[in-house]
Amino acid sequence: MVSGKRIYSDFKVFSRGYLRNKFGLFFGLIFPVILILIFGAIFSGGNTGKVSVYVQNQDIGPFVNPQMNIASSFLTALNESGTITVVTVETAENFSQYLAEHSSSDGIVIPENFSANYLAGHQVNITVYGNPTSSTSGIVSGTVNGYANYFNLQLFQGVPVIGLTSATVNTQQTKYIDFLIPGLIGFSILTSPMFSLVNISSEYKKTKLFKQLSLTPLTKMEWLASKVIWYIVLTIAGFLLMVGMGIFVFGAHVAITPWLIPFLVLGPMLFASLGMLVGTVTKNPETAGVIGNIVTFPMMFLAGTFFPISSMPQYLQTFAHVLPLFYVTEGLNNAMVYGNISGTIIDIAVLGIITLVIFVLAVKLFKWRED
Amino acid sequence: MLSIEVSNLKKHYGKLKAVDDISFSVKQGEVFGLLGPNGAGKTTAIEIMEGLRERDSGEVKVLGYDPWKNGYALHKKIGVIPQEFTFFEKTTPKEAIIYYADLFNVRVNPDEILREVLLEESAKVNFDSLSGGQKQKTGLALSLVNSPELLFLDEPTTGLDPNARRAIWEVIRGLKAKGKTIILTTHYLDEAQQLSDRVAIMDHGKIVAMGTTEEIIQQHGSGERLEIHGSEKLAEYIKANTELQVDYDKVKEEITIPLKKKIDALAALAAAEQSGMDWGDIQTRRDSLDDVFVKLVNEPIGEQGETFPEKEIGKKRRR
Repeated sequence: MVSGKRIYSDFKVFSRGYLRNKFGLFFGLIFPVILILIFGAIFSGGNTGKVSVYVQNQDIGPFVNPQMNIASSFLTALNESGTITVVTVETAENFSQYLAEHSSSDGIVIPENFSANYLAGHQVNITVYGNPTSSTSGIVSGTVNGYANYFNLQLFQGVPVIGLTSATVNTQQTKYIDFLIPGLIGFSILTSPMFSLVNISSEYKKTKLFKQLSLTPLTKMEWLASKVIWYIVLTIAGFLLMVGMGIFVFGAHVAITPWLIPFLVLGPMLFASLGMLVGTVTKNPETAGVIGNIVTFPMMFLAGTFFPISSMPQYLQTFAHVLPLFYVTEGLNNAMVYGNISGTIIDIAVLGIITLVIFVLAVKLFKWRED
Repeated sequence: MLSIEVSNLKKHYGKLKAVDDISFSVKQGEVFGLLGPNGAGKTTAIEIMEGLRERDSGEVKVLGYDPWKNGYALHKKIGVIPQEFTFFEKTTPKEAIIYYADLFNVRVNPDEILREVLLEESAKVNFDSLSGGQKQKTGLALSLVNSPELLFLDEPTTGLDPNARRAIWEVIRGLKAKGKTIILTTHYLDEAQQLSDRVAIMDHGKIVAMGTTEEIIQQHGSGERLEIHGSEKLAEYIKANTELQVDYDKVKEEITIPLKKKIDALAALAAAEQSGMDWGDIQTRRDSLDDVFVKLVNEPIGEQGETFPEKEIGKKRRR
C-alpha cells in the first residue's frame, strides 16, 4: 500500500518549496546556529547560583560521641557555605559510576576513618571530583579547600592535616557549551518540525489543500512520512552545523557517536507528528497556533535545552519528565557529553514509544475528507 | 451510457438542508451545469459526487462507483478542481504536473498539458506569483494529468476578470470537444448558458428546474409579450378597449401585454394609436434564462450576471 515513489515525489515538492522559502530555511538552520553563538558567548564565562555536589561520606564511625563525627560537621559546614549544596550518595554506590549516571562532573568523597584520623592529627585526604574546564568545579574545589583550611586551623594551627586529592570522572570535560550543544540540538529538533507542521496542517485544512491531495493516490501516511523524512534531513544538517560551530568557535568537547542517530531520527518524527496532531484536532490556524505554543513553550525552556534540569527546583524537574523533549535532550547529553550509554538506551526506548504513539495517533485522527 | 446517477440525495447540517432530495443523471460526454446562488447546495452536491463528503441518504453512482466507499478507486478516474483552487506556494505549474503524474503513476508530457490549458508562458512561475486565472488554469492542468473521463469543475471562474473567465471557457470548450464528461457548478448564468448542454438550477438544496436552457425557458418562462413605453393612462386605455391582459410597471413606465396570439400585438397597438396619447419604444420579447432564474430563485442578479442571495452576501450558507 505505502508507495516509496509517492513519498519521494511528495518529498521532492515539499523540500524544494521549503528551500525556496527563505523564511523557513532561516528558522530551520540559521536560527539554531545564531542561538549557539549568542548563548555560547553569554554563558561561556561565569556561573550563577549554588552548585549541586554529590557527596559520598565513607566515614560512618562508629563514634564515641557525636562531637567526634568530624566528617558530618565538615559536610554541614560545606552545605552552609552558600556556594554548594550537598547531595548525599549511599556508600554502597560506585561513586565515579554514579556521577556518570547522574550526568554530573562534581563530587566529593570523604574517606573511611576521616574523623578518627583528623582527631589524631594524621594526614587525611578528601577526594574532589571535578573538571578543570568547568566553572562549577572551581567553585567546588575552592569551597572544599577553604573549609579544609579552616578545619586545619581549628585544631592544628594550620598544619595541613586535611588535604585535597583531585579526580575526574572518565568522560568529564563539561563546560556550559558542551551542555548547550545537545540542548540546542534538542531545541531545533522540537521547534522546526513542530511549528512547521502545526502551521502546514491547519493551513492546508483551511485552504482545502488536503482535500485536493485526497483526490490523488497519495495517502495520509505517505504525506506525513515525507514531511518526517524532510525534517530528519534538516535536523541532521542542523546538527552538523551546530556541532561544528560549537567545536570550532567555542572548543566544545562533545562525542559524536552512532548513539545519536536514533535521536536525530525519532525526534523530528515525534515533533512533526505532534505538530500534525495539533493542527488536526484544532478548528482553524489561529487556534492551532495557540495550542501549538502551549504545547511547545514549556518544552522549549523546561526540558533541559538552555538550562540543566538539575538547576531547576524539584517540582519542575518532576514536571520535565512528562515533556517528550526531555528524553531527547537527556539522551543527547548522555550520549554526547557524559558517555552514559545505559542512560542513552533508556532515553531511546522511552522516546521510541512516545514517538510511535504520537505518530499513529496523528495518522489516525488526521482527516483528508469531511463527513 | 450514464456517467453519473443521483437519486433522492440528501445532506443536512443540523437544521440546514444543504442538499434536499435531489435526483438527476448525466450522460457520457455531456456538460452538465449546476447553477444556483451562493449557498444553494451546489458545492455540497458536487463534493458528495467526488467522494469528499458523505451523504445522509440517497443513491449516488459515479462511473459505477459509490464515491464515498470507493473514493480511492474513483479518484484515479476523475479530475477535480475544487472551489478556490490552491496549491503549494513555491511550486511551479510544470513541477505540479510532474508531481501529480508521479502520484498517479502515469507518464505525461507536462508541456502538452500546459499548452492545453493555455498556461505555457507561466510554466516556471511559482504558484504564489500566478494571477487568479493562471491559478485556476493550474488546477485545470492538474485535473487532466490522469486523463480522466469525468471532470468536476466547482466554480472554475469565480472571482476572475472577464478576460480570464473567457480564457477558462476556451479550455473547457476544448475539453468538451474531446468528449469529456464535465460537471460544472457556477453562479454565473452566462457561463452555464455558454458551456452546458443541460442545466439544473438549484435553490435552497433543491433542484427547481432542469433541462437545456431552451427547455427551462419554455417550461418556466412566460411566452412572448409586447412591451410599450408609455403612461399609466395609456395602459388603462388599452385595457378598457381590448380584451387583453395588461400589466403596468410604474417605475419603468412600461406596459406589458402577454401575447397569446401574434395578432394580439396588432390589437394592442391599434388601441394605443386610437387613444391619441404619446408612447415611446415598443418591442416584443421572450423570457431569457435570467428572467426565469429570477422567477425561480427570486434573488437579485449582479452586473456580471452572478446572483446573490439577499441576506447571505459575503457569508456562505454552504459549509
